[in-house]
Amino acid sequence: MGFLKCNRDYCGGILMILVGLGAALGGLRYKIGTLAGMGPGFFPTAVGVLLALVGVGIALTAAPSGRDDSKRLPSEWRGWACIVGGMVAFVVLGVYGGLVPATFSLVFMSALGDKRNTIRQAFWLAAAMVVIAVVVFWWGLQLQLPLLTWSGS
Amino acid sequence: MIDQTLTNLWYGFSVAFEPHNLMWSFVGVLVGNMVGVLPGLGPLSAIAILLPLTFVMHPVPAMLMLAGIFYGAIYGGAIGAILLNLPCHPAHAVTCLDGYPMTKAGKGGTALGIAMLASFFAASFGIVVMIFFSPLLVKVAFMFGPSDIFSIMLMGLLAGSTMSGGSPLKGIAMTLVGILCGVAGTDVNTGTTRFTLGFPELADGISLVAISMGLFAVSDFLLNVNKATFVGSGAKVRFREMRPSKAELKQAFWPMLRGTLVGTAFGALPGTGPTITTFISYALERKLSKTPERFGHGALEGVVAPEASAHSKTQVDFIPTLCLGIPGDAVMALIMGALIIQGIAPGPQLITEHADIFWGLVASFWIGNALLVLLNIPLIGVWVKLLQVPYRYLFPSALFFIAVGAFSTQNALYQVIETLAFGIVGAGLISLRFPITPILLGFVLGPMVETHFRRALQFSHGDMGVFIHRPISATFIAISALLILLQIVAGLRRALRRKALQ
Repeated sequence: MGFLKCNRDYCGGILMILVGLGAALGGLRYKIGTLAGMGPGFFPTAVGVLLALVGVGIALTAAPSGRDDSKRLPSEWRGWACIVGGMVAFVVLGVYGGLVPATFSLVFMSALGDKRNTIRQAFWLAAAMVVIAVVVFWWGLQLQLPLLTWSGS
Repeated sequence: MIDQTLTNLWYGFSVAFEPHNLMWSFVGVLVGNMVGVLPGLGPLSAIAILLPLTFVMHPVPAMLMLAGIFYGAIYGGAIGAILLNLPCHPAHAVTCLDGYPMTKAGKGGTALGIAMLASFFAASFGIVVMIFFSPLLVKVAFMFGPSDIFSIMLMGLLAGSTMSGGSPLKGIAMTLVGILCGVAGTDVNTGTTRFTLGFPELADGISLVAISMGLFAVSDFLLNVNKATFVGSGAKVRFREMRPSKAELKQAFWPMLRGTLVGTAFGALPGTGPTITTFISYALERKLSKTPERFGHGALEGVVAPEASAHSKTQVDFIPTLCLGIPGDAVMALIMGALIIQGIAPGPQLITEHADIFWGLVASFWIGNALLVLLNIPLIGVWVKLLQVPYRYLFPSALFFIAVGAFSTQNALYQVIETLAFGIVGAGLISLRFPITPILLGFVLGPMVETHFRRALQFSHGDMGVFIHRPISATFIAISALLILLQIVAGLRRALRRKALQ
């Protein structure tokens, strides 16, 4: 425990400082102009500086570490990987496979992210969603995605 | 004036009763009612998921549906809070305090019945306020210059980020992040593309659908996977039990009226969220009560007043959103974003230029609220059953709808990646205990804040004094300063108390 463990308020403040500075520096790349005739860079730079200042405020007023760490969320790598992986699979298979494999893999993978789902349950859920995808979205709403394709069109 | 209003209202009813519009309004309240009961899916995620669908719809039914989801969810939230002690929407957390004890004492039906009556009364009151207040506000709003609008938006953003619960500094930080997200894309004044990070797709800016579905749906799933264990204790409610007795009605009357007025006052202030409204009306009832010790153990007043305030606030919230283009909270921001995507700019000209939308909405509120009261009676049992649909089936299916919805907005798969990216960012921010709803408020208002800021200073030739020389603008700047001052005082007091404890 102690200070080595990231204090969430403190980390959040630092993160905001970084984002704010990044935005301010990014804004400086565009024309700043004057108050009467602002260029495109003025507003983002100003907002970025403000954000960095608020970040300093958050980091300074951070509650003492360790007080609320009991509510720390346990990491859930399997669930996270399956949800993220499922959505990435939807995009990749959407380009190289079509709507049917994309839908199936998204629902199948993300369903497996929940430990209580068996492979069989995930399979049937995915199959059911494929039916909905084809009937409602492809046939009914004319979604502009081919059902099955072999090339990356 | 009254004549004119009644004619307009009559016109509104004729719009709202068109079969097509009526159907979508019905779909909206039904979906809203359902997600209001379902834990883990709030009105924000429901509106975000259905947003792509509205792009292909006519603006009137689209608005009726989205608005229906919003107030439908508030009715649904009361059911979850009273019968199951589940505050599905943070605004209903106070309803749980006294609603659930009533259910345990076998009076859940009565609590629901009275809450519904109070809700209907409060919503009707809010609608009447909207009918008479909006045209007046519009007359004033036409005199607003860019500096006035900037100051009002500033106050709205400040109130929204500091009063929505949680750390005020973190709320402000999130609003600023939202504004920065709104900057990405092509600058309307000069045509320069900004912050596209090298992606040509971002030249059109970040899409509202991607940011809202990512922040409010995907991040929710990321945080809840394998953790959400919702158990519904199926408390059965029969219609007969929902009819309150005369004594109970009498007991509920004044709390209902006070709750309604609190909600109306807060609805008129842009930026204040629904949660603070319900908390204040609950606190007010407890303070006024002769027997404050009953609160927390099933006091009827503690259910009626917060529910009434939530409903009148919801309706009155539409006034600043539609008439000034300044949304009160994240849901309003999303609804306003949907309007803008339809090519309709909210603001004082909306009532005259798009009378069908404004008066149609007003009339549909009444129809929708009446529908909800009627619907809720037979459907409560269905919703309680629905609570038992396991989360493990719900979220993979919802992810599919999100992916297809994101794709369909521009027929482009990179939208799905954008949604996912915001989901991950949102989950990270939530676990750092940042409130994420202000991001949306900042995102929707950001471009307008920038435009008015630039225009105001252009007119004044760079003189910053323009914000305090005009009386309207100066008033709102003063209120903003007061808000900041209050937060500093509150923060110092907290720090002193912490020191005293050590």
